[in-house]
Amino acid sequence: MEIDPLIFRLSIFILSIFVGYYVVWSVTPSLHTPLMSVTNAISSVIIVGAIIAGLSGGSQSIFNTSSIFGFLAIALAAINIFGGFLVTQRMLAMYKKKKKEK
Amino acid sequence: MISANLSAIFYLVSGVLFILALRGLSSPETSRQGNFFGMFGMIIAVTVTFLSIGNFSSGFVFVLIFILFGGSIGAFIAYKIPMTAMPELVAGFHSLVGLAAVFVAISAFLNPVAFNLGSPGDIKLGSLIEMSIGAAVGAITFSGSVIAFLKLQGIMSGSPITFKGQHPLNAIILVSIIVLIYLLCSTQSSNLFWILLIFSFVIGFLLIIPIGGADMPVVISMLNSYSGWAAAGIGFTLENTALIITGALVGSSGAILSYIMCKGMNRSFFNVILGGFGATEDALSKSTKEQRPVKSGNADDAAFLMKNASSVIIVPGYGMAVAQAQHALREMVDTLKKNDIKVSYAIHPVAGRMPGHMNVLLAEANVPYDEVFELEEINNDFANADVAFVIGANDVTNPVAKTDPQSPIYGMPVLDVEKCKSVLFVKRSLSPGYAGIDNDLFYKENTLMLFADAKKMTEDITKNL
Repeated sequence: MEIDPLIFRLSIFILSIFVGYYVVWSVTPSLHTPLMSVTNAISSVIIVGAIIAGLSGGSQSIFNTSSIFGFLAIALAAINIFGGFLVTQRMLAMYKKKKKEK
Repeated sequence: MISANLSAIFYLVSGVLFILALRGLSSPETSRQGNFFGMFGMIIAVTVTFLSIGNFSSGFVFVLIFILFGGSIGAFIAYKIPMTAMPELVAGFHSLVGLAAVFVAISAFLNPVAFNLGSPGDIKLGSLIEMSIGAAVGAITFSGSVIAFLKLQGIMSGSPITFKGQHPLNAIILVSIIVLIYLLCSTQSSNLFWILLIFSFVIGFLLIIPIGGADMPVVISMLNSYSGWAAAGIGFTLENTALIITGALVGSSGAILSYIMCKGMNRSFFNVILGGFGATEDALSKSTKEQRPVKSGNADDAAFLMKNASSVIIVPGYGMAVAQAQHALREMVDTLKKNDIKVSYAIHPVAGRMPGHMNVLLAEANVPYDEVFELEEINNDFANADVAFVIGANDVTNPVAKTDPQSPIYGMPVLDVEKCKSVLFVKRSLSPGYAGIDNDLFYKENTLMLFADAKKMTEDITKNL
């Protein structure tokens, strides 16, 4: 009997939770704010679904109710992707070590 | 057009890159590289999605327009936002993830054919369950984050808003959401789908309004977690590995942060979620009415004390963020260092309004991160330090948490500031902190209160040094 693909996805999901658990515990507390902004940026990979939704109308009806929601979601996710990664970059650039000469 | 298998492999690659992005944050040296991994993973995921759809219809142009439109707004915000506004920004971003998840779910519900999920009115059961959970969690994330944003921004009062029957009402709505998901899956009725969304928006709103300002670190972490679970729900619907992996990562990351924040306050998660300190602690306020003598001083006295010290520990809190005093503080510390005084910073886990809030502000002011210590690392050093300089922190230094079992903050880990030879406490007035309790530290023999705006006081001290 074949295994339902859902089970595979569930396995990935559960294992990723464990990976996340260990990876996040190793994050140094001083970087918890960048952690939040970067997780925010990567969770916007939901744009993948938004793109499919936006292009769902095909070339005949680019704008239908379903695809309009898709386009809106694209814009929202794009704000997050650019905003999230760039603000993380900006924050991380500020973390500096003590200067050596002192 | 690339095959479904090939695109699945690429999605897996971008999922792994996202894991590496988080892994990089284990130290500031590797963190920047990690962030590039994250960006790279995102580029792969988006490109593969375009390639797998393949037919570049005119809709493609609009997709690019919307990406550029959203992207430029995002980039603009990222460069303009002051570091002190980071908690609001993160709350705002969470709300967008939540809303995007809701929109994708709506789109998939209206046009399941495009997502290969069946036809309208006859969506595959598994997909419908995943979709409705994703949409509900997304809606809760959205409205909850909007409230958190409004509270952090100061548009809405930071004090808890409670009313009679709040908990039963929330419970009823939560139960109805579950019932609605069940009914939706058995009838496929679109009306039920809209009602489900409305209920979820309402519960997100109701869950966050009773939570007060200083509990925001927990709330933001929790919403972070929710946004992850929403993404994972949508990931299951779309059968997309990148989304599932990311959702799980973000979900567990937010959950761990909420746990750390709760531990930093010695409160259970439910205690925080079910309502703020302010609502329950009115019995305690009556005992604090009596007047006790305090010693107050000016910048000159503070400068004198610090000049004669050999080591100073600085304890920043939310007040420093409000007063934007981090740069002035750094200048003061530079002057101290010129006089060969050893300076370090002590950060309480829940100082500020989000995890790591103080660290970012100090980093912005060019404070090297190896001078900044967490509670466990530095707490023993207070006994050997000459001066503790408390700037904008309050409850996290209150010795009552160690001595008085009756106190609402009893058991909370606090910084042992009172063990210092002398304590300088910058504060605008004697008013109690967020927990609504008096700080014994104010009345100690070796405490000197400096009543002023944090930034102004710090600048004045620097002048007198």
